[in-house]
Amino acid sequence: MTANAYAQCALFLGAVLGFAAAYGPYMARVYEGKTGRLGRLLGPLERLSYRLSGVDPLEQQGWKAYAAAVLLFNFLGLVAVYALQRLQGLLPFNPAGFGAVPAHSAFNTAASFATNTNWQGYGGETTMSYLTQMLALTVQNFVSAASGLAVLAALVRGLRQKEQPGLGSFWADLVRGTLYILLPLSFVLALALVSQGVVQTFQPAARVGAVEIARGPVASQVAIKQLGTNGGGYFNVNSAHPLENPTPLSNFLEMWGILALAAACCVMFGVMVGDPRQGWSVLGAMSVLFVPLALLCVAAEQAGNPAVARLGVDQAVVEAAAAASSGGNMEGKEVRFGIVNSGLWAAATTAASNGSVNAMHDSFTPLGGLVPLFLMQLGEVVYGGVGSGLYGMLVFVIVAVFVAGLMVGRTPEYLGKKIEPSEMKMASLAVLVPPFLVLLPTALAVVTGAKASMANPGAHGFSEVLYAFSSMGNNNGSAFAGLSANAPFYNVVGGVVMLLSRYWIMVPVLAMAGSLSAKKAVPAGEGTLPTHTPLFVCLVVGVVLIVGALTFVPALALGPVVEHLAMLGGR
Amino acid sequence: MGTVLSQFRPAAMSLLVLSALTGVVYPAAVTAAAQLLFPWRANGSLVERGGRAVGSELIGQAFSDPGRFWGRPSATGPSPYNAAASSGSNLGPTNPALLDAVRARVEALRGADPGNARPAPVDLVTASASGLDPHISPAAATYQVPRVARALGRSEAEVRTLLERRVEGRLLGLLGEPRVNVLLLNLDLEGLRQKAGPHGRPMEEVLLSK
Repeated sequence: MTANAYAQCALFLGAVLGFAAAYGPYMARVYEGKTGRLGRLLGPLERLSYRLSGVDPLEQQGWKAYAAAVLLFNFLGLVAVYALQRLQGLLPFNPAGFGAVPAHSAFNTAASFATNTNWQGYGGETTMSYLTQMLALTVQNFVSAASGLAVLAALVRGLRQKEQPGLGSFWADLVRGTLYILLPLSFVLALALVSQGVVQTFQPAARVGAVEIARGPVASQVAIKQLGTNGGGYFNVNSAHPLENPTPLSNFLEMWGILALAAACCVMFGVMVGDPRQGWSVLGAMSVLFVPLALLCVAAEQAGNPAVARLGVDQAVVEAAAAASSGGNMEGKEVRFGIVNSGLWAAATTAASNGSVNAMHDSFTPLGGLVPLFLMQLGEVVYGGVGSGLYGMLVFVIVAVFVAGLMVGRTPEYLGKKIEPSEMKMASLAVLVPPFLVLLPTALAVVTGAKASMANPGAHGFSEVLYAFSSMGNNNGSAFAGLSANAPFYNVVGGVVMLLSRYWIMVPVLAMAGSLSAKKAVPAGEGTLPTHTPLFVCLVVGVVLIVGALTFVPALALGPVVEHLAMLGGR
Repeated sequence: MGTVLSQFRPAAMSLLVLSALTGVVYPAAVTAAAQLLFPWRANGSLVERGGRAVGSELIGQAFSDPGRFWGRPSATGPSPYNAAASSGSNLGPTNPALLDAVRARVEALRGADPGNARPAPVDLVTASASGLDPHISPAAATYQVPRVARALGRSEAEVRTLLERRVEGRLLGLLGEPRVNVLLLNLDLEGLRQKAGPHGRPMEEVLLSK
């Protein structure tokens, strides 16, 4: 790796962490109802929503009512997305005249966008009308992210408050997250992207001679799909498309958007519990997991493909301006991004549950493809989704506290709350569900003849199936896109997997929040394990890695590891 | 069940309000601002010659004439550089189909420029992610200079001068990768082509006939 490669990675991480430090405290104020100057501007809209909904924003919902609200709202969203896709042929803003999306694909996409996964079996510019892109997909990009943020806010309140039954109002949290946290940032980012060449128009595809260039309201969707860790591209190839991500600057902004809010959630958490160090220690644990894996991905792609080198191809990196080349494995990558920004993006988009891509992961080298696969399998807690990444990570933190408590023989506690059997049951449920949702459907696909759907032979074909369910089972949405996944089996099974993965973690997390909220606080004593120290960061990293590695190493050995050895062996 | 039913109204109304705001007002506001501030960019960065659009600055096109620079191989269907259906090849690194495709591309480059024994630049023989990559690396452009110059009957120095003017560096010397826009470079070449007499068809005709 060149000095420039390290410099680009460092600038990226610096921009993410710097933003987190600045925006996290603001997010904390928003969930306290203190909305400042934006509140004066958008407050009437907020109050209109409460009035039409007939809700009191000061209401304190118990965990069951909060969970019911999340589930019901998300279910209605799913129905709306499904209906809009099925009816798009009859609706306006459809210049290309696309007909109804097939039922199984429409169900998959509805589940995918409601759950913040944005797995895409379809190609955007050949399937979805402008109306569907805006009113179905863009809306879910906002509200699924706001739902994740709301559940996180509820969990943090549960940790913070003492002997209280209520976790806050989901309706207020939903509207405030959308209006004050997501919307202003998206608007600014969208315009910045247009200045770089991302299209934003209601005009139909441009005709140039016999060639058609697909267009549409792209920038408005791309901004929120990055910031909301959604990831669903406007075009088939997502942010590899030059009209979705045209320049190094647009790429930097979009890549920053992947991690920005998920990282800021950690700072928000620290501020809300009154001890910013708690937030930074969790953010530190995430970064300790992210940096080496990101560098491994870049290094593996930079090393290139030995089989291609043997054909008389130059894969060396050249820095001299007149004959500069990023070298490496360029199959499925764009020249303006080269190796460094493709590898870094792949790691970021799978560390967060974003899933947008600027290069085709299916064509990565075996080790370069292993990194995104493994980052998803860690459970989308390395930054993770907006809201969902941190509440997932806090589940691992509670497991780590429990393990530490076992080691020294004391009742585990976290932030002054005793961790007892009911919390551990919920934490175990949340930690164990994704592996089931990844490995069982993968096995089912392989034994029921997934071979026909694989685009590549051998171990790589198995990796494609494993990647698909790792992605859907952790609400990521990226793909080894050669897999023919727009088929009834993947659409239906995958849709169910995405729903289970999202809500089977959300509901136990809310239950845990309810039980923590009702507890008394215990004062910290001499035997209390401090949870803001480097030692504790190591413990959390260890727990995440052990759970992830024990579960998935056998499957990884059958896919990318075998392929890596075969590639080195010249087969 | 009671809790669920009592929440139906807030769920439906919140969805309605937020849909109107984020699905109608927000994209409309972004479109209005974009069309006001960056109209050319917002509509696809279309390049015009003689009053007619000949392409987008950001969307690559297929060139196979030896007197023009070639872009990245494209895996879109049914034909390369189909800007209505972007796609990569998704071929894995050990897939024999990938190696066959690369071998054929290396041979095509050698066939068009028999005197050139240098190894082929990797981005000229591998398919891009979008199938629409508008750029090649400066290395890949430099590699093609002798062939282009010979086909046009001009000196390599003249072609290289045009090429060097089209090399875009990293942003602030840091972000992204150095690159050359193939369509814009080929449009620049038209000057040489006209000076050299009628070599092949003019650019607009090539672009519009596809």
